[in-house]
Amino acid sequence: MTGRDLDPTLLRLLGSDEPELDCDECFAQLDRYVELELRGAPADALVPGLRAHLVGCPACAEEHESLRALLELDSVS
Amino acid sequence: MPAPDTNPDVSALAAAPALEDWHLDLHTEGARRDEAVVRLHGLLLRAARFEVFRRRNSLSQLSAVELDELAQDAADDAAVSVLRRLDDFRGESSFRTWAYKFALLEASVKVRRRAWRDREVTLEPEQWESLAHAGPGPDDDVESGALLEAVRDGIRSALTPRQRQVLVATVLEGVPIDVLAERLGSNRNALYKVLHDARRRLREHVAAAGFPEANQ
Repeated sequence: MTGRDLDPTLLRLLGSDEPELDCDECFAQLDRYVELELRGAPADALVPGLRAHLVGCPACAEEHESLRALLELDSVS
Repeated sequence: MPAPDTNPDVSALAAAPALEDWHLDLHTEGARRDEAVVRLHGLLLRAARFEVFRRRNSLSQLSAVELDELAQDAADDAAVSVLRRLDDFRGESSFRTWAYKFALLEASVKVRRRAWRDREVTLEPEQWESLAHAGPGPDDDVESGALLEAVRDGIRSALTPRQRQVLVATVLEGVPIDVLAERLGSNRNALYKVLHDARRRLREHVAAAGFPEANQ
């Protein structure tokens, strides 16, 4: 069994040892990160630790999804 | 007298309208600032309504009017935050994107808290004991059973009571971290740090119990 084979509940319990931002740092970088993503720029390389935080923090992940979706809506309206 | 700058590119740049320059008026006083605040509030309300609409299924008991009141409250609170933190804006994104995130945060927190307002948050210390196997398949049952026991033992013995409380509530009971923070008189960032440390301790415990793949 590898780490990737763990069931989702165990993955959420154990998390990852990948370096990650905390919630405040994530919020501070979220606008820049999402704009980089939407431009097709290497957001994960330019804002290290943010993606790992989104995996571990459902609340910040929801706000990331919402900001991205809102900007995408703006771009077509 | 210096010659006029006839470089068309430079002239074009100098004359280009800055689409989001209106936000600079937020640093001024009087009517210009008032006008900019109204414009800011409009942006924030748009984002707050967007978020409340996205999450409306978790608030099925609320009427359309009540949902809009929630969005209005979120936009109001976001405006206070944005105006207080104007100097934090470094231009690393557009001002619109920067402002949006405040409204989305306020709206999402309000939605989560309203959805859980009448729900009891039970901080059952025994919750993890019912942690059930949902692994890949029967061939893994023996190994998965041992892994689950290592996880249960880690939750029982390797964590502080606070770490256990936060890990069990957020991961096993699905309590949103903002709701838990409100009930515990804390905040999202502080609780996430507790959760992060709990996970690290649990990984170390499980790895020491013979599952090094857990610590990755």
